Formats: sequence, structure tokens, C-alpha cells
Amino acid sequence: MARIVGIDLGTTNSLVAYMDGDVPRVIQGKHGDAKVPSIVGLTDNGLIVGEPAKEHLVRDPSRTIYSVKRFMGKSLADVSEELKYFPYKLKEKGGVIRIQVGEKTYSPPQVSAIILKELKLRAEAHLGEDISKAVITVPAYFNDSQRQATKDAGLIAGLEVLRIINEPTAASLAYGLQQKTQGVIAVYDLGGGTFDISLLKLKDGIFEVLATNGNTHLGGDDLDRQLVESVMKDIDKQYGLKVEDFPDLMQMVRLESERTKIRLSNEDKAAMSIPLPDGKGTYTREWSREELESLTIALVTQTLAPCRLALQDAELKVSDIDEVVLVGGSTRMPLVRRLVEELFGQPAHCEMNPDEVVALGAAVQAGILAGDNKDMLLLDVTPLSLGIETMGGVMSALIRRNTTIPTSAKEMFTTYVDAQTSVDIHILQGERELVKDNRSLARFQLKVPPLPAAVPRVEVTFLIDANGILNVTAADIRTRESQTVQVKPSHGLTDDEVEGMIRESFQFAAQDIKARQVIEARTEADAILVATEKALKRGTDLIKLEEVQAIHQVLDELRKVKDQDDHRVIRAKISDVENVTHHLAEELMDSTLKEALENKKLSEVAD
Amino acid sequence: MSTQPTSTDHTSRELPMARSMCWHCQSDVCGEYFCGRCVKVQPLSKELDYFTCMNLPRLLSIDEKTLEDTFYSLSRTFHPDFYATKDEGEKCVSLGNTAILNTAYRTLKNPIQRAEYLIRLEAGSVKDIRSTPPADLFEEILELQEDLDEFRALAGPRDSDRGRELRSKLQNDRATLETRQEQLKARLFGKFQEWDALQISSEATAETQSQKAAVLKAMQEILSNRTYVRNIVNDLIAATS
Ligand SMILES: Nc1ncnc2c1ncn2[C@@H]1O[C@H](COP(=O)(O)OP(=O)(O)OP(=O)(O)O)[C@@H](O)[C@H]1O
Ligand SMILES: [Mg+2]
Repeated sequence: MARIVGIDLGTTNSLVAYMDGDVPRVIQGKHGDAKVPSIVGLTDNGLIVGEPAKEHLVRDPSRTIYSVKRFMGKSLADVSEELKYFPYKLKEKGGVIRIQVGEKTYSPPQVSAIILKELKLRAEAHLGEDISKAVITVPAYFNDSQRQATKDAGLIAGLEVLRIINEPTAASLAYGLQQKTQGVIAVYDLGGGTFDISLLKLKDGIFEVLATNGNTHLGGDDLDRQLVESVMKDIDKQYGLKVEDFPDLMQMVRLESERTKIRLSNEDKAAMSIPLPDGKGTYTREWSREELESLTIALVTQTLAPCRLALQDAELKVSDIDEVVLVGGSTRMPLVRRLVEELFGQPAHCEMNPDEVVALGAAVQAGILAGDNKDMLLLDVTPLSLGIETMGGVMSALIRRNTTIPTSAKEMFTTYVDAQTSVDIHILQGERELVKDNRSLARFQLKVPPLPAAVPRVEVTFLIDANGILNVTAADIRTRESQTVQVKPSHGLTDDEVEGMIRESFQFAAQDIKARQVIEARTEADAILVATEKALKRGTDLIKLEEVQAIHQVLDELRKVKDQDDHRVIRAKISDVENVTHHLAEELMDSTLKEALENKKLSEVAD
Repeated sequence: MSTQPTSTDHTSRELPMARSMCWHCQSDVCGEYFCGRCVKVQPLSKELDYFTCMNLPRLLSIDEKTLEDTFYSLSRTFHPDFYATKDEGEKCVSLGNTAILNTAYRTLKNPIQRAEYLIRLEAGSVKDIRSTPPADLFEEILELQEDLDEFRALAGPRDSDRGRELRSKLQNDRATLETRQEQLKARLFGKFQEWDALQISSEATAETQSQKAAVLKAMQEILSNRTYVRNIVNDLIAATS
């Protein structure tokens, strides 16, 4: 069987991994980092993805899409409160968000597909073979629409998605494989945009999920926003500037807030400095870890209630948990660790890199599906109850949350009036009593033979497959004839739309790859130009005049070649700049802090 | 890592399969879960009861460990993860069988669901177990309902004297009912023993048949009371917390 890769499609970072014999490994990019920032930039020349797009973010925020996972399977109303944080325009069509960039609109699965394609290319380059099959992870608490959207993204990217698997359970596979753990473990996963808690029983290679809970709209992004809000108020008070009126400033504030948050995980204090527009100078402030913690403790505390609910659903006490495993970048925050360890009354495990463990687990699952691993088996659950609308706007549950999947429920339908030929069925997901408080998944019309009222009997089977995705079939009990059910998703792309997007994505694929390399090189050139100018300003006195002149010259050369269409020429010039500025970088570093910086590049030192 | 248990542990008893003939090669060479000739996985019968599915006699006391072992072992036989490279037909059978298996395990693992399932199975009907108040609590529950209605109507000023009085009364009621829930559960488990004893020891005489029917009826009543009490307790929790 062709190779299957494992993909962690994250809100902030995405990774691809594969099985190297019995060992899962992440695939690194050119610069040695396995994480691809989940960011897509749309430039005049085409698409850029990952690290180059991150650099593009501050320069062209309205055409740079990040955190698109927050929009998967959502309508505009679902995200109305956070619109102001996003520099791009959002619209809605057919219950699905569309992101407007210039003349074009993109659905969230299309944007995710661009990221998936980047990972696919990366895997193909590394493994030297075509990759067409993947296991993709999603937050455990993702609903049906969000899972379906992820599957669509895979299709659009030209990947057959063999399995959608939950992130915390994927992590448990990698963890269990490495640590040979037996017993009950709690996986606490706080990433960039989502939070999951899963409780699992590990026994003789079986990974049985006992309960799962979470919040698909709570993660590091939200923690950043607490800081962002404070900074915005500060800037308004001190400078009379409304940050939201300046999209690039907004992005700068956002990125700088995240950077400060991350620094405060290791240090007690961190300085923040943000240049302001309109010649208003620079906003600077020092933040302490306590300040950050008091801003974020309410949000982090919000993760504890789902943990308690999961324990309750699994009928477990805190003392039944043998190990607590931390996953996701945000669990590096000391506050998060503290609260989790307090709740579970034990130190948490973080032997495995919290950034990589999900992708590694996806690769393990890929190995299972390929038939290479017959020892391990994951038995997962559906996170949300599934039901249908009944009289009076009430949801009647057919499948309870935390039911092991695959699972099915059957329901018999009949008619209320004579010669009625169809019955409308509305499928819902959620834990609340009333239809309006739950998630509408889909609707469909059941065809019934025209007979006297209450005579027809059509049995509908709702089956949740191993991906946690719903499949509906129907059969007439009297005639034993089955009928195909055309389910119309409430918040999803139609089959036709997906088809169209697949075609479109293939048309662009070939031209994209060539253009991409050029754009990436050009973007890097721009970044290095800015960084070097900045460094020169600060460090002119630290180096000899001839050196300064040499640097100016090579910068001029780079400016000249960077608009050429050959990425190799641009890259060659970039490494020239790096060579010529090496000494300046060292001096700058020495003059600031006395740390070894053998391999630091100028662009990293300058800011 | 354990190795996959050889399925012969379980193959001594036969599970009813959907067809006597293999869906794929039409051969009638019966294997256990797999066709004896083409080795394709076979669908479980729609009529299969969960006790048989789990290789268990129709008793209410179940060894959880045995049940879990069987569940894990059958999961290794049927789970779709092990059929990803197989053809559509086998994938479909694997999916259907696993869905049945998961429901069987969930139903039998929980003692209440297990009892409800057995009653349905033995009574031969699919009638749901209704919720009825325990006869001896009838008066008290009527009063409690009135208090509850009044308390709910007090929407705003619940820290009035009357509000506090009602709240503490309702909290007492809740404690009483929770004790009752426990008692009902204990009585139900007592019936489990009676049922199992009858199942194991006796031949199917008319007398044991009627004894069994009596036990089933008693369990049904306990379960109806339990459902009723549980619903009220939930209402009380919702109203007073
Ligand atoms: N040292 C750190 N301290 C605090 N936060 C950190 C640290 N390192 C990374 N983060 C945060 O972790 C988040 C990214 O984590 P991760 O890569 O696990 O998320 P993701 O997988 O992309 O998102 P998700 O799983 O929610 O879809 C970001 O919000 C980032 O700011
Ligand atoms: Mg993640």
C-alpha cells in the first residue's frame, strides 16, 4: 500500500510526519524546523505559505490569512465577536464563511488545503515519492461540520483522507508507544486555537477513550488577545491612537503580544516595543509574568470545567488518573501547568515535544491503517450528542456524547396526514434541550410512499463512522427498499462546490510551485533588507567604514536582483548578504548580551 | 505491546451470522467471523442479541474484566482500522459489525442498561420502561412538586424568608430521594441474584417460567421508580443550584 502520512493541521502551526520503520518522525523543512506556520499569503504573484507568509503578515495584513482553523465549519454569526482581530474581510455563502482577499473569495477548507499542499510537497521532497494519502488530526471536540470541512480540505489538496483522528488521542498513541504506559491517562491539549481534554485507558495496545470534552474556540490566540486588549488601551491612552484603525499596527501588536507571552514562560519580565505610525514614536512597556497571569487566569480556568465534566462522564475520580500528559504549545505556560497539576493533584508529563506529539501520533495511526502495526488499536468516542428535531423545537438525542465510535442509531418515521410524500428531518449536535441552542448539522427530506397517515414506515439509520462523521441511510420497512438520502449540510460546502475547488486547485498547482519559490525568495529578500538597514542604523559605530560600505553595496545588489524571476539568483545574493553582515551581527550581539551566537543570522539579532 | 490474541479463543461458540452463505464468494463453508473459503469478514446477524454477541450467558451478574477482554478482542477482529486496505464490501461489514459490538458493550457494561435490555429481550417487546413514582412516596412527591413549582415561580427574590425556607426544604427532599435512589439500586441488584439463580439452576418448568416472569416484572417496577426519582432529583439539582 502507498505510504500514508500523518498531518497535524493546527491553528497556528502544522506538521507532517511518517513512520520510519517502527518509529514516527516529523519531517523538517529547509531551515530545520518541523513546524509550518498555518499562514497563507496572497501576493500579486501567487501564494506563499508558512514562514514566508508570516513575514508577509505585517507588511500586507489584509492579504494574509492566519488561524483559518477557527473558521472551519462555521458561519459568520459564530465568529462575529472576534471579527475585529482579523485583518481580512469575511463574508458568508451557504452557511459557510468566505474570506475575501482582493477580488477572490476563499472558503476555509480552500485555505487549509493550501497549507496541506505545502505539507504534502514537503513530505514528497523528503521521502522522494508521491504522497496521496493522509491521516489528518482535528480537535477532539470538533463537531461534524468542522470534521467534514477538514476532510474537504484534504480532498481539495489532492489527498485522500483515510482517517480524521482526534488530536489528544493521536498524542496518546505517540506517548503510549514511546512510554509503554498502561492505565488511565488524561491528555490536556491547549494549542493555538482549541482546547481538548481526553481521558483514556491504555491496556495491552488498546487505547480506549473513556470521555472527551473541550472548547474549540479557546487557545493561545485567545490568551494573546487579553494582552492585545491591554496594549490597545495603553496606546490609546498614551498616544490617542486607535490601533484597530491601522491593520498593520494591529498585526504588530498581536505578534508582539504573542512574543511577550512566550518570553514570559521562561522569564519573569519581558520588554515590549512597538513602533507607531504617523511619527508618533515607539510604544514600550515591560510586562511581568504576574501581570500576564492575572490577564489570562480567567481564560485558563475555563479549561478546568471541561476536565471535570470529562471525569464525570467517564465515572472517574481524580485519583483514578495515573498520568497527566500535556500537549500543545500553550501548555508551556507555567500558569497552565500549575492549574492542571492542581486539578489532577499530580505533576504533569511533558517528556515529548508538545508541538510534535500530535503529528507523530497521526503517523502512528497511519501505520495502523496501512496494516503495518497490528498491536495498537484506538477506540475513540463522539464528543457531542447527536439528535433530531422533534415537536416543539426540542432535540431528541439518538446517540449520546462519549459513545464509542463507530456507532449507529435507528429511528422509525411515519406520516401525519394521508398521502404525505415526504418528511423533513433536521439533524442536530449538542447537549442542550432546545433545538436553537444546539448546532444544526444538516437537513434532509425523507421520501415516503403516498399512503394513509401513519401507514408508511421508513427507518433511518444514523451512523457515526470511525472519523466521527455522520452518515445517513434510509430504508422503507415494508418494501425493504433503501433510498439514497441527500443531506444538505447547514454549515458545509456542497459536493459540487468541493468538486469545483478540487478542479481549480489542480489548475493552479503547476504554476504555483514555480511562482512560489520565487515569491518565497523575494519575501525573504525583503525581510533581510529591512533587518539589515535597521542593524546598520544601530551598529554603524561598531564596525569599520569599509565594512559599512561593503554592506551597502551588497544590499544594493540584492535590491536589483530581487525582482528577477529566478529564485536561485535571489537566494545566492541573500547568502552574500548574510556573509558580509556576519561580523556586524556579532558585534551587535556582543554589545547587547554576552551570549554565544555562533550561528545567529543578522535578521534574528536586529530586532 | 501485546500480540493480537488468536481469535480461536472465541471461536468455539458460534455467533449467528447474517447469512449462511458468504456475501462474497457464496460458499457455505462456515467459518466463525470469516468465510471459510475466501476469508472475508462476515456480517453479524441483525437478530443477534448482545449477550450472545459478547459470548455471555443471559445472566445479570457480569464479570467486567471478562466483558472488557471480549470487547477488546472482538474490536481487534472487526474494527475498521484493520480493514483500511480491504475492499469496499469488507470495509462496510467491518463498520456495521463494530457499530453493533460497541452498542453491545455499552449496553452490557452499565448494570441499569443491562437490566433494561434483558427485560426487553425476555419480554419480547420493545416497549420502553416508563417512569412511575414509587407508590409509598406518592404523597410526598406531590407536595415536593408544589414546593418546586412555587420555588421556581419565585424567580427574582429567592433570598426572601419564604425562598430560603423552600430551598432548605427542597434540599432535604433531594437528600431523601438520593437515599431512595441508592435503595432502589440495591434492590435491583438483589433481583439480579434471583434472576441468575433461576437461570442457572432450573429447567424450564411452568413454575420457574412464572418465577422468572415475576422477577422481570419486579425489576421493571424498580427501574420505573428509579427513572422517576432520578428525573426529580435532576429537577431539584437544576432548580436549587
Ligand atoms: N513557550 C510558550 N509559552 C506560552 N505559549 C506558547 C509557547 N510556545 C508556544 N506557545 C503558544 O502555543 C500556541 C501554538 O501551539 P500549537 O502549535 O500547539 O497550536 P496548534 O496546534 O497550531 O493549534 P490547535 O491545536 O489549537 O489547532 C500559540 O498560541 C503560541 O503562542
Ligand atoms: Mg494542536
